Amino acid sequence: MNGNMVIVEFLLFPGLLFTAIAGLLTAWVDRKVTAMVQMRVGPPLLQPFHDIRKLFVKETCVPEGGAIGLFLLAPLLGLAAVALASMILWRALLDVEATFVGDLIVLIYLFVMPALGVMLGSFASRNPLASIGGSREVKLMIAYELPMVLAILVPVIQAGSIRLGDLLTAQPPILSVSGVLALLVSIACMQAKLTIVPFDMPEAETELSGGALIEYSGPPLAMFKLTRAMMLFTLPILLLVLFFGGLLTGPVWQRWVIGFLVWFVLVAITIVLRNTTPRVRIDQAVRFFWGPVSVVALVAVVLAWAGW
Amino acid sequence: MSNAINALTRSLNVFHLAGSACNNCDIEILDALTPKYDLERFGITLVGSIRHADVLLMSGIFNRKAAIRAQELIAQAPKPYLVIAIGGCPATGLMWRDSYNWERPPGDFVKIDAFVPGCPPKPEAMISAVVKVIEGLRSGELVPGCLHTSDTVAGDPALETAGGS
Repeated sequence: MNGNMVIVEFLLFPGLLFTAIAGLLTAWVDRKVTAMVQMRVGPPLLQPFHDIRKLFVKETCVPEGGAIGLFLLAPLLGLAAVALASMILWRALLDVEATFVGDLIVLIYLFVMPALGVMLGSFASRNPLASIGGSREVKLMIAYELPMVLAILVPVIQAGSIRLGDLLTAQPPILSVSGVLALLVSIACMQAKLTIVPFDMPEAETELSGGALIEYSGPPLAMFKLTRAMMLFTLPILLLVLFFGGLLTGPVWQRWVIGFLVWFVLVAITIVLRNTTPRVRIDQAVRFFWGPVSVVALVAVVLAWAGW
Repeated sequence: MSNAINALTRSLNVFHLAGSACNNCDIEILDALTPKYDLERFGITLVGSIRHADVLLMSGIFNRKAAIRAQELIAQAPKPYLVIAIGGCPATGLMWRDSYNWERPPGDFVKIDAFVPGCPPKPEAMISAVVKVIEGLRSGELVPGCLHTSDTVAGDPALETAGGS
């Protein structure tokens, strides 16, 4: 494949543009379901698009005394990383052969980038509330990365490969005990990775009034919101590939239907969790992830090794 | 109608700036966001940071100390933004007009785009005000005060709506 094709794939399909549109539609599903839970009507379909469009015409305020270059570049980091991650995932889904050895490792690193962007941006903005939000983001990431990687190990052990194409053709881990445990762990970690309730303490709208993103306005804020929406779309796809990959067989329509249903159930679990739980404190979150969640993840890894 | 104004009218993020209000207006503002009225249908949501805001709701009197803070805060809002005064206090000062800490109405230090009188105004009155503001922006009759070129503060409120109880 030549270089131009890669750029087109990154910018249009299945990279930036496609993921942005799909992510904003997912964000609408999130807001609409939330509204339905609260017995409201909720926003129209194009509302997330209007929000992003409005932010792009707003003024960009730069905080006095902040690290301006870093402040303006931080949102790009997460946006580029999640677009690239989505591109790698979709290329594997569309063509099992179009993967390379170790792309799973690349994905694990790419999915760290959006959180890293939020941290750098918040520390660069020289706002005390943003600093608290940023430090909470750091602690949260240290908490959830360990069980997340352990859970990802389960499909890797079962398939005996770190290539997405092999995971997609292997026996789906969800049919084993260790796979179910690892999926539960990943759902908890996904919630924290998306920093939505109950793990939204880096933002904590009512407590830190925007937290890590408090100083952002205009296009940089739009990029953060877009990154957030794209993560909501892409992370369930990662879980789909890891734990349900082998189920995507048969004719094309059947693969799409199964894939969409599993994806939708994962997104629905996230949204329902977000609407039925209160925000926990950061120490409670760290204790939760390093305690029960890590233990369950370790048990899942041991079971996977034993062939369960 | 410019692209920026059109985009603004479709997604208004509200920041609530209470200047020692008696809380009745605050409660009515929150009422307008509850499931009964559900302003998210029109893309209106409450935000916590002035940097994310498109509409600043001012309620209560702004006394000597609060007026300074309000000015500092409004200077941090990204343009274009709208300023809407909720309740009778920011318009006239009501019964605090002769109070020792009353200095001047907020219309003297910030260009207010719309007044919603009432003590407190009903959520219906606020929704009516928002509709009129959006219509005014789209038809070009109302230009956000922050975009005025002259430095003088507009003397008359641009829009007025019937108050509540």
